Amino acid sequence: MRSAALFVACAALVAGCTTPPPENDARREAQAAFERSFTHGNKEMFARVVGQDDVQALCSRYRNRPPADVAERIQKSQAATIVYPADGKLMGDWRQGEKIAEDGFGLRFTDTNQPNRPNGGNCYACHQLAPHEVSYGTLGPSLYRFGRTRGSGEAIQRYVYGKVYNSEAFTACSGMPRFGLHQVLTPEQIRHVVALLLDPESPVNK
Amino acid sequence: MRALAATVGAVALVFCASVPAQDKDVTQREIERYRELLAEGNPADLAEAKGEELWKTKRGPKQASLERCDLGLGAGVVKGAYARLPRWFADTDRVQDLESRLVTCMVTLQGFTEDEAKKNPFSAPGRGSPIEDIATYVAGASKGMKFAPPLEHPKELEAFRTGEELFYRRAGPHDFSCATCHGDNGKRIRLQDLPKLTDPKEAQKVFTTWPAYRVSQGSVRTMQHRLYDCYWQMRHPQLDYVSEASIDLQVFMAKYASGGTVEAPGLKR
Repeated sequence: MRSAALFVACAALVAGCTTPPPENDARREAQAAFERSFTHGNKEMFARVVGQDDVQALCSRYRNRPPADVAERIQKSQAATIVYPADGKLMGDWRQGEKIAEDGFGLRFTDTNQPNRPNGGNCYACHQLAPHEVSYGTLGPSLYRFGRTRGSGEAIQRYVYGKVYNSEAFTACSGMPRFGLHQVLTPEQIRHVVALLLDPESPVNK
Repeated sequence: MRALAATVGAVALVFCASVPAQDKDVTQREIERYRELLAEGNPADLAEAKGEELWKTKRGPKQASLERCDLGLGAGVVKGAYARLPRWFADTDRVQDLESRLVTCMVTLQGFTEDEAKKNPFSAPGRGSPIEDIATYVAGASKGMKFAPPLEHPKELEAFRTGEELFYRRAGPHDFSCATCHGDNGKRIRLQDLPKLTDPKEAQKVFTTWPAYRVSQGSVRTMQHRLYDCYWQMRHPQLDYVSEASIDLQVFMAKYASGGTVEAPGLKR
């Protein structure tokens, strides 16, 4: 498996490949150093970061720029993880979506003292959305007026729901969290975010 | 309203509704003005003065000061030492950053146990942190000097390679790595500019400004705290103080920051 990945990496280098890169040793050493560096914290949280799934491991290895075949593999495997709501309802309430987009609470080691508070999506940390919020980040593209040109039909609803659920299904090694797959957001919350982006009444589309 | 936002500072800026969302230039200009305002006086100067006092104070079971501490340029040499850290030390046979080296000196010279030396690394309201003040003093003693940590010893090179892997290591419920926020130029999280830490031009500007007074936290914060805070935001568990990962990551970043000028203690949002 590892040598296959290495072969892919070498093939990607047009210049050719004479000696295997010393990265494998470095990765092993980094994993060991990582495990020795989070010894006093929350054990359950440690269990969630000590290992990496395929996507995390490949995107780390390729520095978030996977070769085309690896990218395709990632997108295919991740598309298969998306679970759409059984009732087919993909649009919720944009007002609740707005609150989720503003809220960065959840899954940090200081957040454990409020077990009943839902996680936020913190969309504004990376995206521009409604124009009244000037404190927005630029790590992701601006989503201002996202629904204006795209409408709010079923196809675009499915796209947005899927993208929030598992961004890696669409863009391998995207920086965007897989909110649905990792249960950061509930299906109900994702529906609200879909509405924030697509509902014609949402301030995003005004 | 604009003048008011500038005077009141960050809070007013963030909530200032009169800044048109589409006018990025205006938003950016307000941020610049806020920074200029902050630069007029730095509360970290106080920590620096306290740190110097602590450096010379006899403390610990051995009732010794830190004045014989070897920060890499020989016993007792403070000036310029921070500009050459992190580095490998023969006596510990480890690569150490400023704070881990201070822990070593507190143990060997002052007789603290390692746990005691690492017990209170970050200040909190109403509770100071001696090691934070001392780190601020030591870093400040390299102010204006060229940042040039060595990257020659096999252990320094190994730490660099490990640090590089850690920088790109994605994990946890959000799939974040350091590179998620610090891998590209010209990005912002909310209103905060994010330096691309593998770009020397950007790394040189920011890496050498720690420890810094953080207005949003109302206290001086060290590089160890910066990394601890990043991992908090990355939904990782608490990063151990002066852990291997924390030092290896600094060795990695320090390479790109080399050639910059030490501007510690800095002043930040």
